Amino acid sequence: MAAPLPEGPKTYEIKSPGVLSLEAELGILSPPEVVADPMALTSALLYLDNITVSFDGFRALNALSLVIGEAEMRAIIGPNGAGKTTMMDVITGKTRPNAGTALFAGVNDLTRLGEAEIANLGIGRKFQTPTVFDMHTVEDNILLALREDRRAFRNIRWGRTPVERERIEALLERVRLKDHRHRQAAELSHGQKQWLEIGMLLAQEPRLLLVDEPAAGMTDQETADTAVLLREIAKTRAVVVVEHDMTFVRDLDVKVTVLHEGSVLAEGPLDQVSADERVIEVYLGR
Amino acid sequence: MSGRIIDRTGGIFIAIVLLAAVLIPAANLLLPPGHPLHVPDYMIPLLGKYLCYALLAVAIDLVWGYCGVLSLGHGAFFALGGYAMGMYLMRQIGPRGVYGNPVLPDFMVFLNYKELPWFWQGFDIFPYAMLMVVLVPGALAFVFGWFAFRSRVTGVYLSIITQAMTFALMLAFFRNDMGFGGNNGLTDFKDILGFPVQAHGTRIVLFMLSALALLAGYLVCRALVTSKYGKVLVAVRDTESRTRFLGYRVENYKLLAWTLSAMIAGVAGALYVPQVGIINPSEFAPSQSIEMVIWVAVGGRGTLVGAALGAVLVNAGKTWFTGLMPEAWLFALGALFVVVTLFMPKGVLGLWAQLTRRLKRAPSAVPTPTPAE
Amino acid sequence: MALDVSTPSPEAAPAPVSAGVARHRDMFRWIDAYRIGRVAAAILGLVVLLASAGFTATARAQGGDPDLSAITARFAADSYNDTADALNALSATGSPRAAAIVAAHAEGRLAVAPAPRPALVPTAGSTVGSAATGAAASPTPPGLPAVRANNRVRRAIEAAAGALSLLDPDPAKRREAALAVFRARDAAVLPTLDTAIARESVPGVKAALEQARAAILIGKADAPEATRLAAVELITARGDQDAIGLLRSVPADAPAAVKAAAAEGVTRVERNLQMWGVAQNVWYGLSLGSVLLLAAIGLAITFGVMGVINMAHGEMVMLGAYTTFVVQDIIRTHAPHLFDWSLAFALPAAFVFTGLVGILIERTVIRWLYGRALETLLATWGVSLILQQAVRSIFGPTNQEVGAPSWMSGAFQLGHLSITYNRMWIIVFSLLVFVALLLLLRRTSLGLYVRAVTQNRRMAAAMGIRTGRIDALTFGLGSAIAGIAGVALSQIDNVSPNLGQGYIIDSFLVVVFGGVGNLWGTLVAAFTLGIANKLLEPFAGAVLGKILLLVFIILFIQKRPRGLFALKGRAVES
Repeated sequence: MAAPLPEGPKTYEIKSPGVLSLEAELGILSPPEVVADPMALTSALLYLDNITVSFDGFRALNALSLVIGEAEMRAIIGPNGAGKTTMMDVITGKTRPNAGTALFAGVNDLTRLGEAEIANLGIGRKFQTPTVFDMHTVEDNILLALREDRRAFRNIRWGRTPVERERIEALLERVRLKDHRHRQAAELSHGQKQWLEIGMLLAQEPRLLLVDEPAAGMTDQETADTAVLLREIAKTRAVVVVEHDMTFVRDLDVKVTVLHEGSVLAEGPLDQVSADERVIEVYLGR
Repeated sequence: MSGRIIDRTGGIFIAIVLLAAVLIPAANLLLPPGHPLHVPDYMIPLLGKYLCYALLAVAIDLVWGYCGVLSLGHGAFFALGGYAMGMYLMRQIGPRGVYGNPVLPDFMVFLNYKELPWFWQGFDIFPYAMLMVVLVPGALAFVFGWFAFRSRVTGVYLSIITQAMTFALMLAFFRNDMGFGGNNGLTDFKDILGFPVQAHGTRIVLFMLSALALLAGYLVCRALVTSKYGKVLVAVRDTESRTRFLGYRVENYKLLAWTLSAMIAGVAGALYVPQVGIINPSEFAPSQSIEMVIWVAVGGRGTLVGAALGAVLVNAGKTWFTGLMPEAWLFALGALFVVVTLFMPKGVLGLWAQLTRRLKRAPSAVPTPTPAE
Repeated sequence: MALDVSTPSPEAAPAPVSAGVARHRDMFRWIDAYRIGRVAAAILGLVVLLASAGFTATARAQGGDPDLSAITARFAADSYNDTADALNALSATGSPRAAAIVAAHAEGRLAVAPAPRPALVPTAGSTVGSAATGAAASPTPPGLPAVRANNRVRRAIEAAAGALSLLDPDPAKRREAALAVFRARDAAVLPTLDTAIARESVPGVKAALEQARAAILIGKADAPEATRLAAVELITARGDQDAIGLLRSVPADAPAAVKAAAAEGVTRVERNLQMWGVAQNVWYGLSLGSVLLLAAIGLAITFGVMGVINMAHGEMVMLGAYTTFVVQDIIRTHAPHLFDWSLAFALPAAFVFTGLVGILIERTVIRWLYGRALETLLATWGVSLILQQAVRSIFGPTNQEVGAPSWMSGAFQLGHLSITYNRMWIIVFSLLVFVALLLLLRRTSLGLYVRAVTQNRRMAAAMGIRTGRIDALTFGLGSAIAGIAGVALSQIDNVSPNLGQGYIIDSFLVVVFGGVGNLWGTLVAAFTLGIANKLLEPFAGAVLGKILLLVFIILFIQKRPRGLFALKGRAVES
């Protein structure tokens, strides 16, 4: 591997599908013991090194390297075409990189796994435009997202288990959609859909959340609430937020990575980054 | 989308099919021929045929309405089930064929077959033949779907290769060397389980069996789509990639529904063959498979009941038209395709739902009592 | 001594030598007639004799025919042996007069006059000509005894006729005769053959004559070994099925070297023929490929560029074919002399007609369904049913007769390939259409607009492009191209209402196989599938070959869902 491995204790479970449960998130339970994985090549939760993706000669990602630790929140900013979405695609298995290493929890090679497998490892993704299941009710959307057996035959069953009911209840409460539970998702407002999708993300109980422009189309109040929610989530799990809204990024108050032309341009606290000459030149504009 | 396995529409549907299964044979057997409600003898196999088509339409709706897979090759599964039944019926002819060969069907004697091909072995045993009725279409669908869904062939591409599949099968079954009677197919059946195929009593039983098979097929599909699996299926239909990012192996979900649908189509084909008395390669014709899709569209896709309704409506229309003015049938069918896709995307059931909703919404303006919900 | 040849009388109608009994009866009839006018005939014969002597001298002075009188005299001997020898001698001279004499004998018109018994050919109420020159000499004598023939003589007549036609003034006849000799391989013809080869000036005929000679020499036991080897070489070079048969027929008692050379020749010819066979199949494949290209290229526009699934595409081809039929019908009744130009009239007519039908379909049906591919598929299928039934109602369900202009009928040989003109022109036409379409999309403003609307409809609309109009025009263009494809296909396919249905699946597969949105892909796919189909046929049979190809495409689409030449990039991902 080209880059030196980050320092840190090796404290991960083997191919863990996400050790932190919703119960822990909601304070019902304390987080379970995190077991060290002797096979882990890196202590980072997400480890991208030298990732290159090109489409017909155009390099969407150019030797991108990024390291996200356990329960770390990171904001990613960058102008259009900087490669933010492509990076998410690589992490979630939608796009195969032409070169580079992508490891999750130090042991799982993301470049070899399919979308479903990666999702089951504990990586959740929220899309830029809210994508929920329009034909289903709000409740059913959450039900489908709940961390459960994903195999086809196991899901030929009717009704809901008490555990499912309890979780759906708690999640609807958290994303403030309790009153809309029986409505079709298609009928929700844009902001409500954003919240529903966040609820679905939580229902998956991922170890790493990839959130693409969560504040887009939200009111100021909703935006502020979202920031609070994300910070709360980030206490127990890693969150990567791609955002254009600088106020929102400031609210998050986390380390910022600036992408430009498929590579990392700068990294650090927002104030430091926004003072960087090159960043100002390519992104903040003059 | 109602969560109950048997919702209101489903309940009505079940009641109608059950009543038809009892009343139509009763009206045929008990009422004298002059009676206005008498069902003439020739109607029984005709209605039985419609029921088989309805079952087939339910199978198509399972994959199209709930899975988003527009199959233009379901005729292949239907015909394969039909051929499996036809092979059983051929073996039942025994020495009563024109050539009197106790083992070989007539066409094989004619084509100088010395012995029964291996794939004809065992078809004289009814349970084995019935197993093949579901296994052969199921196996073909499984292999086809395994490849297609894994490589994420979707939309029109999938539709086109299902067309190619049924086209290839049609060409294959037209060949005499295949051992399925070539051009002429399988026909001249004598009896089924010892009962003469042509006999009126047998036909009534076959009609009732078709009705029961339709009910069973409907209930299986309905149970499946109301389960959590069914919800995932609909999620796949609407937002496939999102479902994948939730960790569902989309290909397996599709494959299960697809294979089941092919098996149901096979059963429909098997019930169809003894009632019409023949199965030949034209059942594989791509145009047949496309026509089946319009049954579902007419009734309303994604409703199961609508599919069955559409199949019966369109085929009754076909019988009526071809009897009255055969020239006009293709015009009518063509217009049906256009009108349904342009103006009735939800089919007859959708139209009905719209009408009743409108009636309910304006009760003050219209004092007439609306049917109780 | 003279020989008189004139036109045959109705009574003594010319009959082939093999006609046998009937001919003999005629002969006896004029022998009776002879007895009546014997004296007059004798005088006449002398006159002819004297006249002919003078003409013969003239002919020789002009460098024409040799003096045949010495040979013809032997006919008068009235002996079968002499007659046969005379025939052989005549054939060796190779003169046209000799040919006429042999022909006269074959028809039983060769007769012998009384003393000094010159051979004559009498006819009733006509003139007789000098044997050497053919010049008319005098009225026909009423009756003369015929030169008799037995089976041996008849064989000699046949051989002489064959040999003499090797020297016929018409090159086509000479080539025909060479072929006949090649087949018969009669050693007696050799001298004539040598004469003919020496005289021959047309290269093709000369080669045929040499091959005929070689065919005789190969099996000729007394020919020198070197000559026979050279003959084997020559026959091997001929390289066809006949050559193989000939080389196989080398007698067992031939020298070992000849036999070895023949065996080697057989393998060489067989290998050669195999290659030609493959070439012929490739040609058939190119032809099929051009048909597929024609059928698919319009679809490459509507499906590939616009993303519209047009199941009525085949019916556009069918309408194009029927337009050809109608145009030809009008030309037949109003201006038959223009028939060779009928396709030139049909092309624009079909282009405009199917283009308009396409625009009509787009405006009434398809435009409501953009973005709903599966619904478009069903609706256009409905349209296809309506169009089929409409044509069936107007023209009837049977095949319509579409004629081929003279320049499209017939075939020619290229090496061992047999190439029909209609297939060749259709290949040329398909490529022309392809190039024209490519230029249209790349170089014209319509092409620019089409690509703009395809890539970003809203942006194109914002730029002031009337997207609805472009959609209609593009769809009309795709349909119009299907229409002119129909004009071409009417030349090789049955023009019936079902014409289109036969093409729809194939053309979709071609477009998908080549890569949607890529015209070059369509070109490559059409010819690849065409050639693959025809190369598979000898091994698998036509139907199984087609099935194998379908299965291959199904598997291929699994592997590369976007076809051979897929567009890559982020834009196609979603």
